[in-house]
Amino acid sequence: MLDKTRKTPRLPSTAIDLRPYETFLIHEARLLDEGYFDDWLALFTEDARYWVPIQPNQADPFETVSLMYDDRRLLETRVRRLSDPRIYSQEPRSRTSRTVTNVTVEPDAGEPGVTVRSKFVLVEYRREDQRLFAGTYFHRLVGEGDAMRIAMKKVELVNCDAPLDGLVVPF
Amino acid sequence: MTAAYSPKELAEMVEPARVHRRIYTDPDIFELEMSRIFSAAWVYVGHESQIKNPGDYFTARVARKPLVIVRASDGSIRALHNQCAHRGAMVVANDAGATDEFQCCYHGWTYHLDGRLKAVPLNHGYPDDFSTKNPNTAMVAVPRVQSYRGFIFLSLASEGQSLENFLGYMRTSLDDAVDRAPDGELEVAGGVFKHTYNGNWKLYLENLCDAAHPWYTHRSSIAAAQQQKDDVFSDGTGEIAIRQMRQNGAPYSFWENQVGIWTYPNGHSYLGDYHDDSKLVAALNDPVFREYHHAMEAKKGKGETQRVMEVRRWNSNIYPNMSMMSQFQQLRVIHPIAVNKTEVHTYCFKLKGAPEQMFRNTVSFANVVNGTGSLVLTDDLEIYNRVTLGLSSEGAPWIEVGRGFTSDEPDPHGGRKGKNSTSEVYIRNMFDAWRGYMLGDSGAARKQVA
Repeated sequence: MLDKTRKTPRLPSTAIDLRPYETFLIHEARLLDEGYFDDWLALFTEDARYWVPIQPNQADPFETVSLMYDDRRLLETRVRRLSDPRIYSQEPRSRTSRTVTNVTVEPDAGEPGVTVRSKFVLVEYRREDQRLFAGTYFHRLVGEGDAMRIAMKKVELVNCDAPLDGLVVPF
Repeated sequence: MTAAYSPKELAEMVEPARVHRRIYTDPDIFELEMSRIFSAAWVYVGHESQIKNPGDYFTARVARKPLVIVRASDGSIRALHNQCAHRGAMVVANDAGATDEFQCCYHGWTYHLDGRLKAVPLNHGYPDDFSTKNPNTAMVAVPRVQSYRGFIFLSLASEGQSLENFLGYMRTSLDDAVDRAPDGELEVAGGVFKHTYNGNWKLYLENLCDAAHPWYTHRSSIAAAQQQKDDVFSDGTGEIAIRQMRQNGAPYSFWENQVGIWTYPNGHSYLGDYHDDSKLVAALNDPVFREYHHAMEAKKGKGETQRVMEVRRWNSNIYPNMSMMSQFQQLRVIHPIAVNKTEVHTYCFKLKGAPEQMFRNTVSFANVVNGTGSLVLTDDLEIYNRVTLGLSSEGAPWIEVGRGFTSDEPDPHGGRKGKNSTSEVYIRNMFDAWRGYMLGDSGAARKQVA
């Protein structure tokens, strides 16, 4: 059911230079597509969260289960497992291709850093099967330039509540 | 229609310590399972907390058939086939909701909550026997629906053994789930995982009490968790997940000496005495658990609290479609879709009267044990897919289920237990039930509603 109380999005400001954010997101997508998972992990802050909700408009990752919800400790474990040769759900490995686009900056919500909203399409190929994922990324980014880091990454999949086979490669 | 297999042919596919691979791959066997097992046995469909008030409903599927489970006006629980008696459209489209009546979106036929036809637009010109009172114009009710301590089961067959007989001693796992709530009540909460794999439904149940697979199947998450530094930031989520992954890495000696497997008639079984992790199970030095323990003692007394805390069951399988973790407030429903396609829905339970943080721990535990993006479950799903691929080969026609065969022991409650947890006795026990249903010689229902 549509939420009739929600507010119509405003036209994004043209005053913000999006290029540093777009460059960062493109770089992150490439690290994931090409399997540089340790380098991907290094993009996150020491207290980062990574969250893939299972419900549309899910309020939080604590009272409802999630497709993925990692604090820094679990994210490190997830990434370490990805490089283990005995990760059988990645034998053979997935190949992925991510397209990141429609980049905008969200209104300031009083949290540190800048929240960048973008759209993505992710194609995953593994063992004669190709899956298509699409959705919205929210990156809360802190720092600038080479020091820019992800404090929070939230991935809203359009089919988050669909029956799905295992999700192994991060979105 | 004549059955694809004679009773003799079916009987020959199940030997004491091995089964024919056709049981996992043949679409004709699958169709027989849908009619003789899933349309006859008691199957779990949901929990009473999902339909607290009259008019509350949720939809379900049994033997692939769409149903709506509803709390009727008189407070009773009804299960209706989700089909309009007029032109056959599925009447209820939402997963869950609340309503005064069911109305078909095609021509507006409207039904009472118990399925009786209430009103028909343009109600003229029909044959003489047409009447809203005619049972043929109702949404057809499932003949047997019954709940045990809040857990709703139904049988598509009008006759057969009672739910009490069907559950037998396995009712104690349902009891354990409820007894853990200080207020004696559970509530389904926290969303639902839906995962799917290309494989037979039986593979799922057969893996849940398999104490011999974690060391191989889950090596990657065990190793990653063992190497994880504990002084890295966690909001509690990662801590719980990593503890569970490390627990999977218990050595064979632990599984062989401390963990047990118990089985009971009708295919039921549970793996017990598995967990000894101090935080996940019973840590009185953990403030949340201590608060919970106090709440239990305040409501139930010290003796009963101690009794409940000493019950340590991992997965309890209620054949053919449900598996629960009473100690961890998790419940899975297995939906066979096709011979090589299965969907599993996993739910969490909130313990009424327990501290709020307890449920957050349950959610963190669910993410790692039952999550579609879990570091653990994803390797299990890979196994089911691989068994399907392996069985499509021209390799050995027989599947071995013989581990522990010579050392199984009787159980004082009428079942059989393995000498230790690595026995495949629970798989052999499921095939005993399978034979009973498929050959029609069990106490299960023989007569079905068309």
